[in-house]
Amino acid sequence: MKLTVKIKRYNPEKDTAPHWQSYEVPAEPLDSALALLLHIKWHIDGTLTFRKSCAHGICGSDAMQINGENKLACSILVQDIVKGDGDTITFAPLPGSPVIKDLVIDQTRFFEKYRAVMPWLINNTPPPEKERIQSPEDFDLIEDATKCIMCGACTHSCPSTWADPDYLGPAAMLKAYRYTLDTRDEGSDERLGVVDSKEGLWKCYTIFNCVQACPKEIDITRWLSALKRKSVTARL
Amino acid sequence: MIFSHDVVIVGAGGAGLMAALYAKEGGADVAVVSKLHPLRSHTGAAQGGIGAALGNEEEDNWLWHTFDTVKGSDYLGDQDAIEIMCKDAPRTIIELEHYGVPFSRNKQGKISQRRFGGHTRNFGEAAVRRACHAADRTGHAIMHTLYDQCTRQGVRFYDEYQVLDLIMTPDGACNGAVAYEILTGEVHTFHSKIVCMATGGYGRAFKTTSNAHAGTGDGLAMVLRNGLPLEDMEFVQFHPTGLYRLGILITEGARGEGGILRNNDGERFMERYAPTVKDLAPRDLVSQCMYKEIRAGRGINGKEHLYLDMTHVGEEVLLKKLPEITIFSRTYMGVDPITEPIPVAPTCHYAMGGIPTNFNSQVETGNREAIVPGLYAAGECACVSVHGANRLGTNSLLDLVVFGRRAGMAMAQEIEERRRERKLPLPDAPEKRTRDMLEAILSRTEGEPVVNVRTDLQQSMMDNVSVFRNDETLSTAVADMEGLRQRARNVVVRDKGKAFNTELMDAVEIDFMVDYAEAIAAGAHHRTESRGAHSREDYDKRNDDEWLKHTIYQSDCEGNFEFSYKDVVITRFQPKERKY
Ligand SMILES: Cc1cc2nc3c(=O)[nH]c(=O)nc-3n(C[C@H](O)[C@H](O)[C@H](O)COP(=O)(O)OP(=O)(O)OC[C@H]3O[C@@H](n4cnc5c(N)ncnc54)[C@H](O)[C@@H]3O)c2cc1C
Ligand code: FES
Repeated sequence: MKLTVKIKRYNPEKDTAPHWQSYEVPAEPLDSALALLLHIKWHIDGTLTFRKSCAHGICGSDAMQINGENKLACSILVQDIVKGDGDTITFAPLPGSPVIKDLVIDQTRFFEKYRAVMPWLINNTPPPEKERIQSPEDFDLIEDATKCIMCGACTHSCPSTWADPDYLGPAAMLKAYRYTLDTRDEGSDERLGVVDSKEGLWKCYTIFNCVQACPKEIDITRWLSALKRKSVTARL
Repeated sequence: MIFSHDVVIVGAGGAGLMAALYAKEGGADVAVVSKLHPLRSHTGAAQGGIGAALGNEEEDNWLWHTFDTVKGSDYLGDQDAIEIMCKDAPRTIIELEHYGVPFSRNKQGKISQRRFGGHTRNFGEAAVRRACHAADRTGHAIMHTLYDQCTRQGVRFYDEYQVLDLIMTPDGACNGAVAYEILTGEVHTFHSKIVCMATGGYGRAFKTTSNAHAGTGDGLAMVLRNGLPLEDMEFVQFHPTGLYRLGILITEGARGEGGILRNNDGERFMERYAPTVKDLAPRDLVSQCMYKEIRAGRGINGKEHLYLDMTHVGEEVLLKKLPEITIFSRTYMGVDPITEPIPVAPTCHYAMGGIPTNFNSQVETGNREAIVPGLYAAGECACVSVHGANRLGTNSLLDLVVFGRRAGMAMAQEIEERRRERKLPLPDAPEKRTRDMLEAILSRTEGEPVVNVRTDLQQSMMDNVSVFRNDETLSTAVADMEGLRQRARNVVVRDKGKAFNTELMDAVEIDFMVDYAEAIAAGAHHRTESRGAHSREDYDKRNDDEWLKHTIYQSDCEGNFEFSYKDVVITRFQPKERKY
């Protein structure tokens, strides 16, 4: 089939504002959306710019807005987004961060927020000679959160983030959850000090956009709610 | 601009991050320069596990691991290096666990371990549970944790800077690198006392691969272009279970959890070829057997693939221990492994060869005595050699952390020793070669697009240098390289801008690709025996008398290359016929 691929383009060296550009692209139902972009870049217009690497949903490079929803281009197939020949697919950069060029956004702030939550295991007790024991049940508490690939689809889908650029956002707070609820971690006081704040957990109004957007199907809101409970008990 | 650091690490996958952590902890001023954001590196794609004789599930022993690795390497691996790696493995895993890696757990709360190809108990008796894993996202779990630790330590990262050349002094020492800042299109010099290459694999030189788009082996080409050698490049691993046509990996852990390969007759054909370990034979063997089945007309419905049958394994195991591959099969093939077999075929997966290094990850000039001052390498781009002619599953992640760490420690120590020394002075115009190359590409207005050249190169490598090879296919591939080189040097890009010009980097990468693809093809042509992943139809036996040695390849990158050799280190295990 042939599809019309509409892309929101922006070249900082030429454009004052973004504009839409359309391409006719041959496609198969099992092609990924990334394959459409690659086709354009390789065969039609080499100036089209986007990030990509693994091509199977694990590196987090190619989160973008596809038909209005935040998706990984490599992990969504043509058959999931169009009905048939002649249909249109639109691509735009993730909303809420400055655009560098075409579909590439500036992730500086996104990673600053990640760094702010002390995203590492804090444990000052000398470790045992072997592994620290963690029951499968305790591991289950954090496993879902450890699936995060830091693609930014969630944070860039969140109205609270759009409204307040200083809000930590779901990805960073999920990271905080992942370490704080890790039974091996002893740093919850320090980390909760960061997330139990106006720019943190309490700006999450459980709108669930993040859950909807997460390509790894992480139940983000559930874990952030658990973190809220944890921070309330910690205050007592 | 000139950036100045003690140590510059090129690449931020598992190897680069581990090296950075240790160099930094050891007191060096470290910069990690990577063309991708570190978390986008392909280590994150590693699925099945990391090997260590922890013995959490059943009795195990590092010596058994050593033996399996030596045998798996078809006796080409250096046994002293293998012993270091396997002996250090349990300590390494515990260290990763202490860093916070979220490993899956067994009932006792210890790190869960499962079976993997070629890993056995008591020197080949039966499969053993040795692969520590985080479900089937082990690399992701390890890499994110290492990045978190580097963040904690304040390692300096230069993200989306693509290194395009090394800086060498007239005496042959390395004292820096030249990098292209993707965001701005500026060319920068990194001036340092030490450079460590950790640029990963080159699977993208083949049409079907499990490797990321970024897996273009840049580091190997840079080394060659600076007159340094590569080792054992002919050994390329094809993983048996890539999703048919796409090449996306289905981890060997799937067979470790009980998955079975079947041909069109429904037969579990590996029973015929490897009666003891069957589907858990090493990858070289399984991939070769799969092609034999396909050639004998037993591919599924006459097509070039077989089935990986997981249907008897059960939903619980699939969803708990292999959730990612379950999703991959559903998403990309429309196949639900719980109820249907998965169409699979071998996919280009791993580079056994690479930049020759010693145990401390120092780059060697080709013989064991001489090192290249100031240059280190670790991870998939390096060749220590622990994998010899065929890597065992779970041994690459292990290689990254063991030899990445050793690189980090050795670099920190070297910096400490050279504390009072100044950096060796930069040569005049260190960036000139790079600027000229970029300028030539940008100013060209006529020529073919990168994709044409890349597609032809990938097709030639796939047709001629994949699982089975012979004189005819290899001569063809070597001859193809000449034309491809000229074409790669004459590609035209449409994007002439400075901001985030990834098309320009595509053009550089294809030019690099010809140089190491030539090394692979020429090396395979040169080695007239079959060993491990290098299977010659015209020389179908291993020939220890003539070929129990490493090949060292050097090239002027103009089509003139030569080979020399390095002995294999044999300590405990004398070469024997390899049976499974
Ligand atoms: C799908 C898949 C599954 C796997 N599963 C397993 C497994 O279960 N167990 C196992 O042991 N092994 C596994 N492997 C193998 C293993 O994952 C890789 O060999 C290993 O991760 C390579 O790590 P690395 O650090 O050497 O390179 P990578 O992780 O590939 O990192 C390379 C780095 O170099 C950078 N780079 C490259 N070129 C340049 C340049 N020119 N300038 C600047 N930076 C550059 C990149 O940005 C990147 O940061 C798997 C491999 C694949 C593909
Ligand atoms: S390219 Fe890696 S997540 Fe899509």
